[in-house]
Amino acid sequence: MATTTRRRSVELPEHPDFLWTARVTPKKVYDVIIIGGGGHGLSTAYYLAKNHGITNIAVLEKGWLAGGNMARNTTVIRSNYLWDESAGIYEHSLKLWENLEEEVGYEMFFSQRGVMSLAHSVSDLRAKARNYHANKINDIDSEWLTPEQVKEIAPIVNINPDVRYPVLGATYQPRGGIAKHDWVAWGYAKAAADMGVDIIQGCEVTGFDIRDGKVHGVKTNLGPIAAQKVGMVAAGHSSVLANLAGFDIPIQSRPLQALVSELLEQVHNTVIMSGMVHVYVSQAHKGELVMGAGTDAFNSYAQRGGFHVIEHQLAAAIELFPIFERAHLLRTWGGIVDISPDASPIIGHTPVDNLFINTGWGTGGFKATPASGWTMAHTIATGEPHELNAPFSLDRFITGHLIDEHGAAGVAH
Amino acid sequence: MLHIPCPYCGPRDETEFHYGAGANIFYPDPAIATDEEWSKFVFIRENPKGWHAERWVHSAGCRRWFNVWRNTITHEFGPTYKPFTEQPKRPV
Ligand SMILES: Cc1cc2nc3c(=O)[nH]c(=O)nc-3n(C[C@H](O)[C@H](O)[C@H](O)COP(=O)(O)OP(=O)(O)OC[C@H]3O[C@@H](n4cnc5c(N)ncnc54)[C@H](O)[C@@H]3O)c2cc1C
Ligand SMILES: [Zn+2]
Repeated sequence: MATTTRRRSVELPEHPDFLWTARVTPKKVYDVIIIGGGGHGLSTAYYLAKNHGITNIAVLEKGWLAGGNMARNTTVIRSNYLWDESAGIYEHSLKLWENLEEEVGYEMFFSQRGVMSLAHSVSDLRAKARNYHANKINDIDSEWLTPEQVKEIAPIVNINPDVRYPVLGATYQPRGGIAKHDWVAWGYAKAAADMGVDIIQGCEVTGFDIRDGKVHGVKTNLGPIAAQKVGMVAAGHSSVLANLAGFDIPIQSRPLQALVSELLEQVHNTVIMSGMVHVYVSQAHKGELVMGAGTDAFNSYAQRGGFHVIEHQLAAAIELFPIFERAHLLRTWGGIVDISPDASPIIGHTPVDNLFINTGWGTGGFKATPASGWTMAHTIATGEPHELNAPFSLDRFITGHLIDEHGAAGVAH
Repeated sequence: MLHIPCPYCGPRDETEFHYGAGANIFYPDPAIATDEEWSKFVFIRENPKGWHAERWVHSAGCRRWFNVWRNTITHEFGPTYKPFTEQPKRPV
């Protein structure tokens, strides 16, 4: 059997032992401190240096670089959200992805293999059709697929009409796809460090120096560090930090799990998601099936979820992809995601002067890594939001200008 | 899977329950509440790293709501209490 293998998996190139200089002791003073060395913190530092010429920056990471959600996500990238505000920021992100590897000079395995979202009921079809037309109006590439067209693009999908949740149609974004998350983090880290940014691992922010309503620095396990401006980019730990700074944010931290199978031959070369049966699947470069579903129901900081959630998503996967029936589960893991009330992010001012926040990306912020950093950097550098993140302010929960993406975000990442 | 102590039925598997988020949230007086107060009531919930007072409903059992302290780091359960009864102290 082994000799007849049709595997087309790619070998990943070697990378050097050290990509950036790991500064162990932070300086006493910085222009800008970024709390959180995940994808968004790193991209914020990178664009502060690249777009705004600010390089006296420290990225403080309590664990190791990109050990949070950045290393745990399933890397789905797309921009086909419902509302204009979301189309603006997610499409800007996708355009940045399209040049990112050249720009930062680092391979990220960005692969535009398309993202498909299946519809299984009449109301599901209507919601998807609405989303499809909204995307068209916003100039976002979007196609409408019949079940037969679904089968043409992805032959392993079961389109039999006699299953519990038959495939009735789908939307498809050909420019969507995946990338290798840790390589993305390393690429941003290396490029930022090359411009002079200090990346400090094992440095936990434990408090703030706030006087007269203005932030002057942070307290850490490595001692106090002063800064003119501070950005909190802490994903699942955003509420803990906001509370240390003396204000509340509308965020709940929940476990989100994912899993991979053993390495298999390449059978699935796009990304398929189903919000209704609650599963999504892609196949990684090396051959493992990568699957995820929804969050566990309850608040948690434990970075693990319940096995019944996995059981539920695998049952859905097997109905849609009968070919996976005998695949073995290799590994499951969880991250802690920052869920906001309208399934949209919060990027901008806080009640404390010179303290900025970037949170609420929940289950779907990997795709936004470039634009999140781009707009956060603009906000920190100029003191005012970029037009792309202005609608995503913290005070929209007082004014009522919500950006409700539950339909387009949901289980779909 | 969590093993949840229903105060009416005893410990049961998580799959018998639905989560109701933070406990002890009181409706503001609509005649005088400001936009900020409404925002707090509608959108702001505690999100502590540690002990959290929260609601669960035993939907596939006795179908009754109750409150309980649970630790969001260890997933350990503390004391339960019924709605509109006094909240036990935050465990340590
Ligand atoms: C299982 C799973 C699947 C996902 N799938 C997708 C997907 O397919 N597509 C998609 O677009 N998105 C997906 N996401 C969401 C995406 O991963 C996140 O939205 C995104 O990674 C969040 O931004 P980040 O990378 O900066 O977060 P993180 O990597 O979590 O970075 C935050 C960092 O802040 C640090 N930190 C916290 N508190 C402090 C402190 N006090 N001091 C110092 N440092 C601190 C943390 O240690 C952490 O490293 C998924 C998430 C998970 C968990
Ligand atoms: Zn009960």
